[in-house]
Amino acid sequence: AKTRTVLNTDVTELFSSAKSIDDDLFDNLEERLVTSDLGIDITMDMMARIKKKSRGLSTADQLRQVLKDELLTLFHEPGPPAPSIPTPYVIMMVGVNGTGKTTTLGKLAMKYKAEGKKVLIAAADTFRAAAIEQVEIWARRAGADIVRHKEGADPAAVAYDAVEAGMARGADVVLIDTAGRLHTQKNLMEELKKIKRSVDKKYKGAPHDVMMVIDATTGQNALSQADIFHKAVGLTQMSVTKLDGTAKGGIVAAVSSTMKLPIAYIGVGEAIEDLQEFDAKRFIDALFDD
Amino acid sequence: MFDNLSDRLDSVFKKLKGHGTLTENNIEDGLKQVRLALLEADVNYKVAKNVISDIKARALGQEVMQSLTPGQQVIKIVNEEFTKMMGSTHQELSFAATGATSIMLVGLQGSGKTTTAGKLAHFLRKIGRKPYLVPVDVYRPAAIDQLTKLGKQMDVPVFASTTDMKPLKICQDAKLAARDLGCDTLLIDTAGRLHLDDTLMAELEDIKKGINPAETLLVADAMTGQDAVNIAGEFDKRLDISGFVLTKMDGDARGGAALSIKAVTGKPLKFIGVGEKNTALEPFHPDRMSSRILGMGDTLSFIEKA
Ligand SMILES: Nc1nc2c(ncn2[C@@H]2O[C@H](COP(=O)(O)OP(=O)(O)OP(=O)(O)O)[C@@H](O)[C@H]2O)c(=O)[nH]1
Ligand SMILES: Nc1nc2c(ncn2[C@@H]2O[C@H](COP(=O)(O)OP(=O)(O)OP(=O)(O)O)[C@@H](O)[C@H]2O)c(=O)[nH]1
Ligand SMILES: [Mg+2]
Ligand SMILES: [Mg+2]
Repeated sequence: AKTRTVLNTDVTELFSSAKSIDDDLFDNLEERLVTSDLGIDITMDMMARIKKKSRGLSTADQLRQVLKDELLTLFHEPGPPAPSIPTPYVIMMVGVNGTGKTTTLGKLAMKYKAEGKKVLIAAADTFRAAAIEQVEIWARRAGADIVRHKEGADPAAVAYDAVEAGMARGADVVLIDTAGRLHTQKNLMEELKKIKRSVDKKYKGAPHDVMMVIDATTGQNALSQADIFHKAVGLTQMSVTKLDGTAKGGIVAAVSSTMKLPIAYIGVGEAIEDLQEFDAKRFIDALFDD
Repeated sequence: MFDNLSDRLDSVFKKLKGHGTLTENNIEDGLKQVRLALLEADVNYKVAKNVISDIKARALGQEVMQSLTPGQQVIKIVNEEFTKMMGSTHQELSFAATGATSIMLVGLQGSGKTTTAGKLAHFLRKIGRKPYLVPVDVYRPAAIDQLTKLGKQMDVPVFASTTDMKPLKICQDAKLAARDLGCDTLLIDTAGRLHLDDTLMAELEDIKKGINPAETLLVADAMTGQDAVNIAGEFDKRLDISGFVLTKMDGDARGGAALSIKAVTGKPLKFIGVGEKNTALEPFHPDRMSSRILGMGDTLSFIEKA
């Protein structure tokens, strides 16, 4: 059977002050959490928590804040900033195919340039067709330097050279673009480890950040992705792209909570300025927008 | 991470030893487990609900077969229901009766359209057709380069689009160029876009009207979560898609989006993408999908034989 319209219940109505707290409301909330891709485990946990806290409350609107507060506890806050920021500061972008690594890197380059920093990009996706040309365009847009080798070259060598060039030229930030890869591909994950090792070899302690880029339309698989990427290269933060669509991206809350990983940025479009700092409160509010 | 559904069902049905009849009372807990498995696989919430009620209707009153446990019996019904939903046989591509065929690839950003265009070119050539790659993504940095390189790798001709050309004009010019080159199948690689981007969706409608493709394929990522229904629903509403392709099936995503997209559009899943190389495309076989979604490999083939 065709079910063309799969619509959520209207939120204002859902949390109306005229509505009592009953099973019907809980069912609706459960649906909302599941359809935001929070995942079954977190949804069940949230439902249990708010059911407990709902005792003593009488109307649906009172439950809204309770739920939001509970959701807020999922997000792992970033630790205190390091006492001194190393220069160049090296950030490596990682993630599965097509999530928005290169685009996010381009946006980040722009952000750092706007802060007056000298930025250098490593075109270390030497595999995907025209990946080098793509990141070159982003470098040009942002006004950043780029280190590139030929297509098919060893990505670890590109990253090494870029860090070396960054140190020699006094760059403030080095951004390393890597090829998308599925976490299940062992040889490609080994390659990623090698890129990281070769950066560290040139510059002890680098990369200082390993940023996992997650597509907001991703479902439960993001948990497996983050877990395996983390085991391979030690993630320090993540960014969520494509939040300008209709996907709520709830799975990143699950990832942040289970992996204790902070979310740094969100992508809200394809243009260079479409990058925002992550704000957990706004993110949660958006889960309840229509 | 997930307990196998069949283990879970077996523990639920412990009480119902040997064979018996599936009744309203004893099936409820089992269906709850099936529902959880569907949601863990990213099958849409409402779609899962409908599937469960269909399964329940079929299961009630059924005798449990001698050779199966009640849990296995439920899985057998689930499996049959899935296979029925996904279509029972592989759906071939359609080609225009006369003149060149156009195949249009559409979808969200990064879903795998360009890569799939390259793969389809390889596939088409193997079945004796003469493909022509047409880059229509004039927006994404180096998108034209990307498809051009894929064509070069395989020695398949590529239309020489430039970013200052209008997408519809590219398609029209490419049709003429294809005829001159003796190519019979155009693969139209469109730019990724959000289904709620009215301007860009209208652009696709214009292209579709202008070139009258034999196939309009939605290219979707197998890792897509609950939003798959909104995406597919909207692309289908505006473009009346002829089918869909699910990419990145080489990972460990359970691929519940396949069921959601099928439920919402009624259109067939024609191919799955299983890697980044030009050869990594497989015709979709509906019978293999349920074991994937339910996260059970061998158990299912055992039950199927029963
Ligand atoms: N709407 C929207 N599109 C985005 C966003 N971020 C990236 N994209 C688009 O998503 C597509 C893929 O982006 P890329 O940056 O190439 O992704 P990637 O992870 O580098 O891809 P691979 O290198 O092939 O793995 C492109 O069409 C981008 O324009 C975003 O925040 N919103
Ligand atoms: N592992 C794997 N990767 C794939 C598959 N299909 C595509 N990809 C990868 O996914 C990423 C995005 O693929 P593209 O073909 O550029 O996606 P697109 O839909 O054309 O992207 P836009 O044009 O930006 O919207 C690339 O890194 C591809 O190599 C697949 O079946 N398996
Ligand atoms: Mg990239
Ligand atoms: Mg493309």
